[in-house]
Amino acid sequence: MKGKIHSFQSLGAVDGPGLRYVVFMQGCTLRCAYCHNPDTWSTSGEEYTADEVLAKILRYKPYFAENGGVTVSGGEPLMQWQFVSELFQKLHAEGIHTALDTAGIGDMEGARAVLRHTDLVLCDLKFSTAEDYLGYCRGNMNTVLTFLKLTEEMRVPLWIRHVVVPKLNDSEAYILKITALSNQFSNLQKLELLPFKKMCMTKYEELGIPFPLCDYEECSDSAIQNLYQLIESQKQKQWLC
Amino acid sequence: MDEQGWKNFNGGNWQNEIDVRNFIQTNYTPYEGSEEFLSPATERTEALMKKLNHLFDLEREFGGVLDIDTQTVSSLTSYNPGYLDKEKEIIVGLQTDRPLKRGVNPFGGLNMTRKACEAYGYKLSDKVEKEFQYRTTHNEGVFRVYNDDIKAARHCGIITGLPDAYGRGRIIGDYRRVALYGVDRLIEEKKKDKRLVSAQNMDTEHIRLLEELYQQITFLGYLKEMASLYGCDISNPAENAKEAVQWLYFGYLGSIKEQNGAAMSLGRVSTFLDIYFERDLKSGFLTEQKVQEILDDFVMKLRMARHLRTPEYNELFAGDPMWITESIGGMGEDGRTLVTKSSYRILHTLYNLGSAAEPNLTILWSEKLPQNFKRFAAKVSCDTDAIQYENDDIMRPKFGDDYAIACCVSAMRVGKDMQFFGARANLAKLLLMSLNGGRDEKSGQQVAPTHAPYEGEYLDYDKVVQGMDIYREWLAKTYVSAMNMIHYMHDKYAYEKTQMALHDTSVHRFMAFGIAGMSVLADSLSAIKYAKVKCIRDETGLIKDFEISGNYPAFGNDDDRVDSIAQEQVKLFFEELKKNATYRDAEHTLSILTITSNVVYGKKTGATPDGRKAGEPFAPGANPMHNREKNGALASLNSVAKLSYDICKDGISNTFSIIPQALGHEDEERYRNLVSILNGYFMQKAHHINVNVLNKETLMEAYENPDKYPNLTIRVSGYAVNFHKLSKQQQLEVISRTFHEVM
Repeated sequence: MKGKIHSFQSLGAVDGPGLRYVVFMQGCTLRCAYCHNPDTWSTSGEEYTADEVLAKILRYKPYFAENGGVTVSGGEPLMQWQFVSELFQKLHAEGIHTALDTAGIGDMEGARAVLRHTDLVLCDLKFSTAEDYLGYCRGNMNTVLTFLKLTEEMRVPLWIRHVVVPKLNDSEAYILKITALSNQFSNLQKLELLPFKKMCMTKYEELGIPFPLCDYEECSDSAIQNLYQLIESQKQKQWLC
Repeated sequence: MDEQGWKNFNGGNWQNEIDVRNFIQTNYTPYEGSEEFLSPATERTEALMKKLNHLFDLEREFGGVLDIDTQTVSSLTSYNPGYLDKEKEIIVGLQTDRPLKRGVNPFGGLNMTRKACEAYGYKLSDKVEKEFQYRTTHNEGVFRVYNDDIKAARHCGIITGLPDAYGRGRIIGDYRRVALYGVDRLIEEKKKDKRLVSAQNMDTEHIRLLEELYQQITFLGYLKEMASLYGCDISNPAENAKEAVQWLYFGYLGSIKEQNGAAMSLGRVSTFLDIYFERDLKSGFLTEQKVQEILDDFVMKLRMARHLRTPEYNELFAGDPMWITESIGGMGEDGRTLVTKSSYRILHTLYNLGSAAEPNLTILWSEKLPQNFKRFAAKVSCDTDAIQYENDDIMRPKFGDDYAIACCVSAMRVGKDMQFFGARANLAKLLLMSLNGGRDEKSGQQVAPTHAPYEGEYLDYDKVVQGMDIYREWLAKTYVSAMNMIHYMHDKYAYEKTQMALHDTSVHRFMAFGIAGMSVLADSLSAIKYAKVKCIRDETGLIKDFEISGNYPAFGNDDDRVDSIAQEQVKLFFEELKKNATYRDAEHTLSILTITSNVVYGKKTGATPDGRKAGEPFAPGANPMHNREKNGALASLNSVAKLSYDICKDGISNTFSIIPQALGHEDEERYRNLVSILNGYFMQKAHHINVNVLNKETLMEAYENPDKYPNLTIRVSGYAVNFHKLSKQQQLEVISRTFHEVM
């Protein structure tokens, strides 16, 4: 089984716990407005066997320490679930921690095969309503929720991530809604808020695709800290009730 | 046997003979705790540092040099005592009679001294000119014997940065000996050695050694005189921690008054001094606050050390460096860590006094270092960018556990090894020269012996490497000859009397060769092998440029196809060097180390088959070329880690810059991840890494508005530098260097 791969990043320190080798898979059906990897949308890419990728990864084992490992991202890794499942299985045989960075869009039986060898799911919830999801990502939010239920059922630890775009999805109400949505999953370990950045603009220019959010401002780190505080204070309130 | 100085110390062989390592091993207290115990700067320290910072500002405003004493030749006792603040100082002693005032030191070369004075609006006094009218300098000696090959190689830049016009440096005196034994005992031991040597057959080597010992003994006497100018009698061992720091510093100060060597490193003093601090803390003589204050004051003195250089020298070496390298931590051969509380304290000076390039704080990293210390070091890196790391686990088997780093990456057993420093050969240029049949690709002049230039339109890998074999032999021979001449003359005319007095009499010598342009060469050969490279010749048939079609694997992507080329080329050059005998039977060593001289090397090198344009900078040290790393930072580290330290025993330097956001979301996560990077890199037997955790934006802003970031310290290969001491071109080069970011 060969996988179509966009690129490899040997130093991932923000895609799961510890230091991670990140494999970016090629191909995605969503068209998220703030996507920072539009170059991974198309399904044509260089092909590698799982063993070839494994051989590359093993060179980085000395860096993984107790909590690092491999994150497969993309693109949408579930589009190539057979390859990812095989790779994760091999990584487990080597004792390497596996994380799946996904939007949760794909074939559920395929997802089940991958999750069997997955130690952590990183899932971007993106929007809080099916309407927004369709509007800004051109996808079906129900699929995502079904996927998340599957991770819960299979007891795979879950981090939900949310890209905060100022004036689009950064209102207090919006963030609290995302928080509530996330909290319904008992396997949730962490809710990560990621600041919207426009570093990907050059990629869009190179590809000749208009960047839908080019008029939006970047999200500051301090705004993220404030939102975390909001979530925290909300939690305190619930405790008091 | 000294009653007071050695009171409460555990006895050992160190009492019978000069054996500082044994003293450390029998007396030090390893520390595995956290940094909680550290003390902030006292009011006194802050006030003094404020005064010093003001002087640094003035120095910058004056164009980099505050003042020069053109009348007095720098030596141990040639100046009246000087002070930053006589009342407030704890550790005393300046190079001249005023802070930051530079002396002249023409022993390395009179011309260099003249030019340096003139560059800053001074004129070397007639008095000094006259004194040196009847004296041969090191520089004059060398040029009396240089042959045409060496002159041509030097001129075109295939060998650059030879220490033939200034002090060679890279020698570390064991300054600890002054504190532990007092100077009288050191003189006594040297006299004993001299008697033993006198009884030998009087061949050249023994006669030379006898004269050297005579000079060493004389200069130990001067060292005492110098200290007495400051009201200190260093005949006997230091009796308390403050004296220990002071005695040790006098040893260092005497050395930098006598020598203006390129790198004047400190050694490995913090754990040694810790023994004195512990003793005084135990007896209640000192408090933690006082201990930190003494160390802060000491480091302040080190930050004031200056040599007078020409602007061209600063262009080559970037800034105004002294390389006062202090090696910190590491593990002992018995498995105990050599980290002590004073390892923390000396790093803490970066917080108490603000970040700075000097002293060049170097962590000797071992997998077995205490976790707390690893975390603290990573924190210091993230906060200050001012420290570098070197692999204790690969150096300890070669050098034991009492070695130190000279300059950036050169390990030596303290007081037992010395080295003959020798710049570097430009291997990218070697490739071009062999393609052009010995002609310089820039000027067209015949530099090396004539052979048939490369024929044909496209470069063929086998033919190209065969051509290199011929010229490599010539280059190695020329290089070793130059080094032999330089060090013969340096010993003859500018011998390091004070520093060598603080070595064993029977010393092991290294001859430290170096290479530049390693990654350019590897990529060029890879392009020739895996892509198609077409030669472009000028009207005289000189190959001036190349056209590359297709892709090739580039060094820095953990790709064996090209990494093995790098490994092979390094080995071939070293093997070739070893075929040539060295002065005083020194052991050949090799480094892959360039400071920011990679900019100058690039300038002197034509276009290369990897697609680099003529004049463009090389990557520094063993770094991959800018923007050719396609698999992220760790792949780049893995490529560098493949270079063999067994071959490059003089060090392999690598500079790593990363934005904080790419290292983790929050501070503790960043420290942890940085520790994992260092562990992973060094587990693969890599040798050295500089760590910069800063934003490209910060650097751009500092480039545009220097006033906003007066003390911005960054690490370039092997040492830290104040960003503003770099030339504008070097600043841009640093900025353009790959920053490891994440998508």
